[in-house]
Amino acid sequence: MINLSVLLIIPLITALVVLLCSNPIQVRATALTGAIIQLTYSSLILYDFISQRAIGNTAQMLYESHHSWFSSLNIEYYVGVDGISIAMIMLTAVVVLTGILISWNVTKLTKEFFFLILLLSVGAYGFFISLDLFAMFFFLEVAVIPKFLLIGIWGSGKKEYSAMKLALMLMGGSALVLIGLLCLYFNTDTGGGTHTFNLISIAHMHIPIEAQQFIFPLMFVGFGVFTAIFPFHTWAPDGHSSAPTAASMFLAGISMKLGGYGCLRAATYLMPEAAHIYSPWIIGLSTIAIIYGAFATLMQTDLKYINAYSSVSHCGFVLFGIGMLTKTALTGAVMQMVSHGLMTALFFAAIGMIYERTHTRQIAQLGGLLKTIPFIITVFVLAGLCSLGLPGLSGFVAEMTIFMGAWQNPDNFYRIATVLACASIVVTAVYILRAVGSSVMGPIKNEAYRNFGDATWNEKLASITLIICIMAIGIAPFWLNNLVSPDTQLIMENIARSVGK
Amino acid sequence: MGTDFLLIMKSEVSLTLIVFFLLFLKIWDGVKSNITLLNIVNIILFFNLLFGLFFNTEGMLFNGMFYTNNTLFLEKSILNLGTFIISLQAFDWLKDHKHLLEFYILLLCTLLGMDFMISSDNFLMFYLGLELSTIPLAALCNYDLQKVRSSESAVKMILSSAFASCILLFGISFLYGTTGTLDFKEMAPLLTANKLQLFAFILTFTGFAFKLSAVPFHLWTADVYEGAPTSVTAYLSVISKSSIVFIFITVLFRLFHNYDATWHNMLYLTILLTIIIGNLFAIRQDNIKRFLAFSSITQVGYILLGISSGTAIGASAAIFFLIVYTFSNLGAFGVVSLVSEKTGKENISDYKGFYTNNKFASWVMAICLFSLAGIPPTAGFFGKMFLVTAGAAQEHYLLISIAVMNMVVSLFYYLRVIKAIFIDENEKPIAKLTGSASLRIALVICITGAITMGFASGLFEYINTLTGK
Repeated sequence: MINLSVLLIIPLITALVVLLCSNPIQVRATALTGAIIQLTYSSLILYDFISQRAIGNTAQMLYESHHSWFSSLNIEYYVGVDGISIAMIMLTAVVVLTGILISWNVTKLTKEFFFLILLLSVGAYGFFISLDLFAMFFFLEVAVIPKFLLIGIWGSGKKEYSAMKLALMLMGGSALVLIGLLCLYFNTDTGGGTHTFNLISIAHMHIPIEAQQFIFPLMFVGFGVFTAIFPFHTWAPDGHSSAPTAASMFLAGISMKLGGYGCLRAATYLMPEAAHIYSPWIIGLSTIAIIYGAFATLMQTDLKYINAYSSVSHCGFVLFGIGMLTKTALTGAVMQMVSHGLMTALFFAAIGMIYERTHTRQIAQLGGLLKTIPFIITVFVLAGLCSLGLPGLSGFVAEMTIFMGAWQNPDNFYRIATVLACASIVVTAVYILRAVGSSVMGPIKNEAYRNFGDATWNEKLASITLIICIMAIGIAPFWLNNLVSPDTQLIMENIARSVGK
Repeated sequence: MGTDFLLIMKSEVSLTLIVFFLLFLKIWDGVKSNITLLNIVNIILFFNLLFGLFFNTEGMLFNGMFYTNNTLFLEKSILNLGTFIISLQAFDWLKDHKHLLEFYILLLCTLLGMDFMISSDNFLMFYLGLELSTIPLAALCNYDLQKVRSSESAVKMILSSAFASCILLFGISFLYGTTGTLDFKEMAPLLTANKLQLFAFILTFTGFAFKLSAVPFHLWTADVYEGAPTSVTAYLSVISKSSIVFIFITVLFRLFHNYDATWHNMLYLTILLTIIIGNLFAIRQDNIKRFLAFSSITQVGYILLGISSGTAIGASAAIFFLIVYTFSNLGAFGVVSLVSEKTGKENISDYKGFYTNNKFASWVMAICLFSLAGIPPTAGFFGKMFLVTAGAAQEHYLLISIAVMNMVVSLFYYLRVIKAIFIDENEKPIAKLTGSASLRIALVICITGAITMGFASGLFEYINTLTGK
């Protein structure tokens, strides 16, 4: 029998054990063991979920469990998962595991580093399994502050500035979400003047349309800040580039997905009419993010900034898919979340490995690395190719699904936006090929580069895990599609039902 | 009467007994070692705290001047708990002090005054308790006898609280004049739209705002907090403030419920000013005690936000928040008192690189500040959430939005301290400080409280059943 709370308990226990460890080797071993157990358990859930669905269990949420938390305010600890959450949980488990492998050699305050990473992952898991808006908000905020410390203590460059900017902007986003949540709470009625935070029951209620029109933008923009919605994307480049490798992986791989998931689950699902009304705005903003992100990347000379700005562009696709409000586009948005999470984690991991050896991330100073560290560079090139949407890798599948879904929307405005978003892929190809080309090929720029050792076992293991996942999605997209689409279908039905009325 | 009398007044009786015991101890002069004395006092305070939790008997005394119920027992226990923690933290400071017992006698007198004040059902009893709790506090502010700032703080404290008391008395006299009674229960139905009564209400409200250091009546706070000894500052900002909040809730809900529309509007404005101005000033502070003073002003704004709902949930949220606030603020003050006692440093910039040598104290500070900022998983998150949720029931979404956005502003200055402690480099960071065992116990109590209180959903539900009655 699957119990979802185990997903929170495993990393929590691991984190506590990490605190008790006395030397870095124990710390790493504990963290790695915890992450492996967590991945195993998540896979078990995935397997069980698929078999449940196969034998015809069509309940909307599986493995539900309720516990009263603050009954006077109708707040409960209510968890349950559907296909979308399971995809996110798998993503988190993979990224955390690889993040821990990549940061094997953190020597400064090792114990605190792994503790914070594990704490972050608790926040992410909790967010993805919660079906109570209060609990969801709780976990969302749990996943913010450790990032401040991770970037501030272990970061590089202008880390104080970036850490502060990231923490304040994300907390600003969650403040908007909180206002929205409270308004939503007081607009629900469970009979007898009591209100509820229960996501499923709110979805079956009819929230007055005036209230929706007020709440939806708050929630969408609030969660959108996490996904670097334009114009609130400015934390992302600074935050990503200053963060230590594992934190960048986590930040871009999971944290930005918290926002996308929130936009989908809390905003769009609960307020379908408002989603319909605001859909042109979402499309407008996300198209700007996609194009602006792509062009801004062209100007960057630092590898991490390149990936950070391209993340803004790629996460724009997530919101673009959500805003299109067609089933295929929503499915594509979820696939893009998973795909971008894996791809960007791989990219940051590769950049981290390069930086650890060369101590620079400036493209101009790199060159000819393929001759000295072939494994790392292969990983780097693969991540780049996935980012520019090469068929056979996950990026292509996800973006393709979004475009197909977007085209189903017959309105001219949406069509133009789709064409523009499609065109941005060309720009993506330019910056990725340029960055990869000049840092990988050509003569060796610096004699010191000749003495580098190639990837160590932990780096290899991390990269291979991520590459396998990316290729699995790229070559056999149907399993992810089948996992996710019944639930996006449900969200779409909810929208169609309320808008049709 | 008889035993009932003792049980109804048990908190007050036990405090009085302790005060007399300490007085005899002083006169007898048999215990020479300060450390023994401190341990004795701490043990007594611990038992006082325990005693406060049992044998609760509801009832009223003196023709209804004094009443007590389970809510009040809980509130008194919160004050006892805070005093106990502060006493543990004061160990390092007091162990070489000449006037140790006088400190505790004065401190417990103020606590006694607060107990009487929150239990009062009559303006006479209320005023008596209020003055008993203020005047010894001014003496306590001056407890670092050789420091000029300490005297300055005491003078400011006594003048401003005398002024506040004057305004309060002025209001009370009008209320007495128009209704002919001082009893809360009798007075409440007699309050009408009479202009003089409204004026009296405004004066009373102002008096309370002064004591709560709500903006625009906050100007005394920072100077007093900065000059007073750290333990006294902690006492002022936690215990004294909590007691005023408790009686303020009683006065608004029990006495002035006819004026709820008026006090909603007055609170609206006060909350806005308190939160915004408290935040703006807190950003600029470099002295950590002044910083905590202004941050506590902002916290008062949030407490008032809960109260402004006028509902039982609002009252429970305020009481729950004060429990959390007691743990978190005292934890922060514990670290501040450790540092200022051992090194004399009180500036935020002195804390740069603090984490290098003082890991435990740094984490205490971080957890407590996160709790004050309302960051999960600390208890402060739940406290703030309940206050904001309760406040939102009034559907003043502009106010709620401003309050919530100000939580982000406040996060900025809390993070500034965290940044100094954890991130900033310093060539000569503060060396390893070892506090006494009792200080460490106090810090452990504080962080345990600041982490677990939010998950202890039973506590909030318990408070809720009490206030719901």
